[in-house]
Amino acid sequence: MSALPPYATAGQRTWHYTFRVICGLVFFFLIAPIVVIIPLSFNAQDFFTFTPEMLRLDPEGYSLKHYRDFFNNDSWQSAMWNSLKIAPMATIVSVTFGTLAAIGLSQPHVPFRRAIMAILISPMIVPLIISAAGMYFFYSRIGLQGTYIGVVLAHAALGIPFVIITVTATLVGFDRSLTRAAANMGADPVTTFFRVQMPLILPGVISGGLFAFITSFDEVVVVLFVGSAGQKTLPWQMFIGLREQISPTILAVATILVAISIMLLATVEMLRRRSERLRGMSPS
Amino acid sequence: MTDISHSGPVLAADGTPLKRSLARALRMQKLRALMLIAPLLLFILVTFILPVADMLFRSVENRIVQDTLPQTVEALADWDPASGQLPNEAVFAAMAADLQVAAEQKTHTKVAKRLNYENPGLSSVFRKSGRKVKKWDLATDGPFREKLIGIDDGWGDIELWRTIKTYSGTFTSGYFLNAVDMQLGAEGPEIRPENERIYNTMLVRTMRMSLIITFSCIVLGYPVAWILANLPARKANLLLILVLLPFWTSLLVRTSAWKILLQQQGVINDTLVWIGLVDDANRLVLINNELGTIIAMTHILLPFMILPMYSVMQTINPSYLRAAKSLGATDWTAFWRVYFPQTVPGIGAGSILVFILAVGYYITPALVGGTKGTFISNLIAYHISTSGNWGLGAALGAILLAVVLLLYWVYDKVVGIDNVKLG
Repeated sequence: MSALPPYATAGQRTWHYTFRVICGLVFFFLIAPIVVIIPLSFNAQDFFTFTPEMLRLDPEGYSLKHYRDFFNNDSWQSAMWNSLKIAPMATIVSVTFGTLAAIGLSQPHVPFRRAIMAILISPMIVPLIISAAGMYFFYSRIGLQGTYIGVVLAHAALGIPFVIITVTATLVGFDRSLTRAAANMGADPVTTFFRVQMPLILPGVISGGLFAFITSFDEVVVVLFVGSAGQKTLPWQMFIGLREQISPTILAVATILVAISIMLLATVEMLRRRSERLRGMSPS
Repeated sequence: MTDISHSGPVLAADGTPLKRSLARALRMQKLRALMLIAPLLLFILVTFILPVADMLFRSVENRIVQDTLPQTVEALADWDPASGQLPNEAVFAAMAADLQVAAEQKTHTKVAKRLNYENPGLSSVFRKSGRKVKKWDLATDGPFREKLIGIDDGWGDIELWRTIKTYSGTFTSGYFLNAVDMQLGAEGPEIRPENERIYNTMLVRTMRMSLIITFSCIVLGYPVAWILANLPARKANLLLILVLLPFWTSLLVRTSAWKILLQQQGVINDTLVWIGLVDDANRLVLINNELGTIIAMTHILLPFMILPMYSVMQTINPSYLRAAKSLGATDWTAFWRVYFPQTVPGIGAGSILVFILAVGYYITPALVGGTKGTFISNLIAYHISTSGNWGLGAALGAILLAVVLLLYWVYDKVVGIDNVKLG
C-alpha cells in the first residue's frame, strides 16, 4: 500500500490517509517524550515545562545551568564515575564467558542444549525484583553485598543472555570449513580461534558487548539491593532524584544519556550490517 | 597394516573399528563443547540461580520458632487446641524457660515478629514478657501460668497458643497462604476476613494492568508494524530508527520523561490548557495513579511488541492480499480473513514478551504509579527492604516467578528461545 492505485475509491483514499495519520501519531507517541526533554534541559528556570521565553525562542530563556550543575555536583559526578567503573567490568566478564559458551553451544552435538540455553537465558526472563532480592540475601551471606565485586558479578549475570543471543545468532552463518582448513594447515585451536573465527564473529561479539554494557549502565533494581552507598550508579541517583526531590538536573543527565544511546544504536546498526555483509547476506 | 581380506568391521587408520573411533570423536566433540560452556554455566549457577533458589527457599523455611522456643514446642506437642482448654502448667513453664534464654540473646523479638505476621498483637505480648521473665528464678518462681497471664492477658488466649503450635514446624505453608490472603486456622487453610485481604487485590491488579498494557501495545503497535513491513526498505529503515531509539534509551530516562510530562504543571497539561480543552483550574491528574503507569509502561514496552510483529509481517507475501482482492474480497475481508491470521504468531510472540516484562516491572510503577498504580513487584520490594517480612516477600516472589516461567514455557513452545532477536 506504499502507493495508492489510481482507481482507489474515495473511501479507500480517506482510509489511506487516516491510516498514515494514525501511524504518525503512534510514532509521535514513541519519540516525543524522548525528544521533548532535550530542549527542556536547556531551560534557564527550574521548571519542568516550557517557559514563555523559551516558546518565543528568546536566548534569555535558555542556559546550560543544569549541565553545569551536573558537572559540578559531587553526588552526580561520583554516580557517573561509579557507573563508568561498574559497566565496563561487567561487560568484560559477560563477553568473555558468554562468547566461549556461545561457541560451545553452536557446536553440532551438544547434550542438553535446550536445558543449558534455558538456564543461560534465565537472567533475562526472571523479573528483576526477584533476581535482586535473591542476590541481596545470597551475596550478604557470602560477604559480597555492598561491594564493587558483588555489583559487577550481578550485572555480568544480567548481561550474559544478551551476549549469548547475539553471538549464537552470528555463529549460525559461520562456515565451519574455515576452522577445519586452519587446523589442516597446522594452526592449533587457540590460533584458529583468534586468527580465523574471532575476526569473523567480532561484530556479533561487539554488539553483544554493547547490549551487556547498556544493561549494566541502565540497571537500577539490582544495584539498589546488592550495592551500598559506595556503588551508587547514575540510574540509582536518578531514581532517588525522581522519587524524593526532583531537580531539573535530571533533564540534563537524561539528555546526555539519550546522546549515548543514539551513539550505541548507531554502532550496533553499523555492526549488524557489516556482519551480514561478511557472512554474505544482503543487508536488509 | 590390516589384512585386506579381513571381513570384520571397517577399521579406521589406526586399527580401531571405525564405529568406535567415530563414537570417540563424537564424545570428544561433546566434551569440548561442554568444556566451553562449563565456565559460564558455573558462573550463572553461582551468581544467579543459587541466589534465586535461596530466596525461594525462604518462603517455606520456618526454623525460627523451633530454634527459639524448643522446650515450648516440645511441650505443646501433647496439647490439643480443639479442646478449648489452655495448655497445662508444663507448657507455661517451658515457655518461661525459653523466653528467659531468648531474652538473654535478644532473639525473643525476632520470634515475636515472626509470629506477629500470623497473629497480629503477639509481638507486644512477647516483648513485654521478655523483659520481666529475665528477672525470674525458674526453680522457685512458679506457677508460671498465673505469672505469665499476670504480665499480659494475651497468654490466656487460646489463639496465641494455637498460633505457636501451628507455626512450630521446620517448614510452613504460612507465607504462601498469606500471599494469597489465607491463613492456617483451626481447621486447616481458610480465607482471611474481608478487611485483611490485600495480596489478592495486588495480584489481580498486576495481571489486569499488564493485560491492559499488552492490549494497548497491540493496538498501537499493529499499524506501525504494518506500515514498516509495507514501505520500501529505505523508508522503513528510517522509520525503524524511531522504534529502536526508545528501545535503546535508558529506562530511567523514559520514566523521568513521563514523570515530567504528566505532571499537573507539566507539558501535556500546559498544552491542553493552552488549546482550551482543559480548564486551568481542573488540570488532569495523569500521574501517581493507574493511568500514569499504563501510559508510561505502554510507551516503554511498545518496541517489544512492534519488533516481533514487524519480523512476522515482513515474511508475509503481499500477493496473497492481491489474490484475495482479485477474487472479489473487500479490503476489510481481505485483511481480516487473509492477512490478519498470518500475523497472529507475531501478535502472540509480542504479547507474551510484553506481558512477561510487564508483570515483573518495578521501577516505572514505583515512580509514576503512586499508591494506586503499583505492581506486585513493588510489594515484594517493600517486604524485602522495609517491613522485613522476608518469607512473605519470597512467597509473593515465588508466585510471580511461577507465572512468568509458565508464560516463558509457552513462549518457548510458540516462538522458541533461539529465535529471540535483538535490535
